[in-house]
Amino acid sequence: MLNFLARRLAQIVPTLFFVSVLIFSLQQLLPGDPALVMAGEERDPNVIEQIRHQYRLDRPVPVQYAYWIKGVLSGDFGESLRNKMPVRELIAQKLPVTLQLGSMAIIIAFLIGIPAGIIAAVKKGTAWDYGANFFALWGISTPNFWLGIMLIFLFSIELGWLPASGYVPLTENWRASLAATIMPAFVLGNAIAAVLMRHTRSAMLQVLESDYVRTARAKGLSERTVILKHAMRNALTPIITLGALELGTLLSGAVLTEQIFSIPGFGKLIVDAVFNRDYAVVQGVVLVTATIYITLNLVADVAYILVNPRLRG
Amino acid sequence: MTASPLIEIKDLRIRFHGDDSRITHAVDGVDLSVANGATLGLVGESGCGKSVTSLAIMGLLPRRTTEISGAIRFDGFDLLKTADQTLGDLRGNRLAMIFQEPMTSLNPSFTIGDQITETILRHRGGSRKGARERAIELLRRVHIPSPERRIDEYPHKLSGGMRQRVMIAMALACDPQLLIADEPTTALDVTLQAQILELMRELKAASGAAIILITHDLGVVAEVCDEVAVMYAGEIVERAPVDELFSAPQHPYTVGLLGSIPRLDHRAERLATIEGMVPNMARPPAGCRFAARCPFVLEACTKARPPLVEVGPGHVTRCIRAPLELLVS
Repeated sequence: MLNFLARRLAQIVPTLFFVSVLIFSLQQLLPGDPALVMAGEERDPNVIEQIRHQYRLDRPVPVQYAYWIKGVLSGDFGESLRNKMPVRELIAQKLPVTLQLGSMAIIIAFLIGIPAGIIAAVKKGTAWDYGANFFALWGISTPNFWLGIMLIFLFSIELGWLPASGYVPLTENWRASLAATIMPAFVLGNAIAAVLMRHTRSAMLQVLESDYVRTARAKGLSERTVILKHAMRNALTPIITLGALELGTLLSGAVLTEQIFSIPGFGKLIVDAVFNRDYAVVQGVVLVTATIYITLNLVADVAYILVNPRLRG
Repeated sequence: MTASPLIEIKDLRIRFHGDDSRITHAVDGVDLSVANGATLGLVGESGCGKSVTSLAIMGLLPRRTTEISGAIRFDGFDLLKTADQTLGDLRGNRLAMIFQEPMTSLNPSFTIGDQITETILRHRGGSRKGARERAIELLRRVHIPSPERRIDEYPHKLSGGMRQRVMIAMALACDPQLLIADEPTTALDVTLQAQILELMRELKAASGAAIILITHDLGVVAEVCDEVAVMYAGEIVERAPVDELFSAPQHPYTVGLLGSIPRLDHRAERLATIEGMVPNMARPPAGCRFAARCPFVLEACTKARPPLVEVGPGHVTRCIRAPLELLVS
């Protein structure tokens, strides 16, 4: 196990290096000149030249990369070209917002998707099964932005139960914070719940046909124990991995959802940064996102081993 | 047979409803009984309904697609009409079953100790520690070496033979009155088969449980059983005490089965087989189901289903031409 962990951690280093090079190079291909953006109305060639020099935009690309990665390794992601704030600070400010949103979304997804999948499998071919499948189809095919707008319309405008937009930190007022994030979290979690439900259902159906489930019944165990202990334990092993990976896709889903609900999170940060040609911010945010995604992959692998006695060795 | 058997099956009929509303007659009018402490061999080829009969006793057939009628009386209960709760109390406790596939019949996510103590706790209650001690004792009884250590292992660490021993230990956990063994040795290699059979004989002598041994292997039957019932295409075609069945079989199918066992002292050019195919059980024939493959067939055989007739003490056959000796000589 420790051996495995060491090997996996060692694999992460080249992956992250490659990702960082990719991020930096793609950035160079974007149209627009950041020096021009920063110079604003003033088109004085001297000023622009000075800005170029100050931000080392006049140096060759590999040199620029070397400076950037040196800073990143010491925790310095550079400075936002737009509001002169250190990128690290911006990330520290916005990341917790998206992490809260993502965690709530994944909890919602698990709470809906897994029970629905189990019920659909156990009651295969009944109204319960059809209902769960219909829900899944609806969940997968409903666009985030449409669902978000409909929820705002219903719960904020018609019923007035929840705020339509904005964000309150969890530490400041947890009730207000949950009220502000529950709708976007549901929008994000909904599609994942559908995916989890489909996978749980098929995994359960397969496991329920297995010989060891028949053995469990032959022992006189109640149907409840047979399903919740003997079948579920085996069916959920792959679902845990899937859940961890879906958490990564949440980060990309957050871009749109944060826009709709005007939540000042990671998604909104990167969209604004891209439009403003705020290179340092884009690079920092994408690098952090990639790191989170890779870490989640590792967590998924470790979790899979922990719940699977055959791999524990 | 004694006056009140432990289990008595009366006119058991099982039909499966397939996807395209096709109905398969898996078991058709089976009568069987087993006395306390006796061992019945249930013999027949794949698909003859022997496993389905045993699953019906245990109540393990899929309910949505199965139609069962008749009666299975076990110790005052009709198992086909018993409530789920009561059936759960009987299963694993007074009724136990060993399956054909030891490799897949244990749950890979739990230790073997977990899986054995679970049965004990379910039916006997008591402390976890007590159940664990009993589980170790059971593992010792089925000759698993160093059971104190093995009990905490997961199934994937055990060989097929060891897993079947664990399955047997699990089945014996609550001293069942009836043990159903569905081809317990089929998936194992020959040396292991002998060991498992030896173990079953030993345990039978020690526990006094009645056993229904399902197999297609007449060699196994000869070694372990007191009485044999031969099934063909969903029916019992012959039932007799074991010695009698081997010395004087009275159904052409049994004769065929016995003839198809390869023997070392008679080196034949080709292995003996029974010509023809099993009838399609979606539309079973009106007359004798073996008629199409029978060397002694008469016109009358294909007209009506032959009844079970008694040809000796405790010996019945579903053949209108019995006794067969007269035909051969």
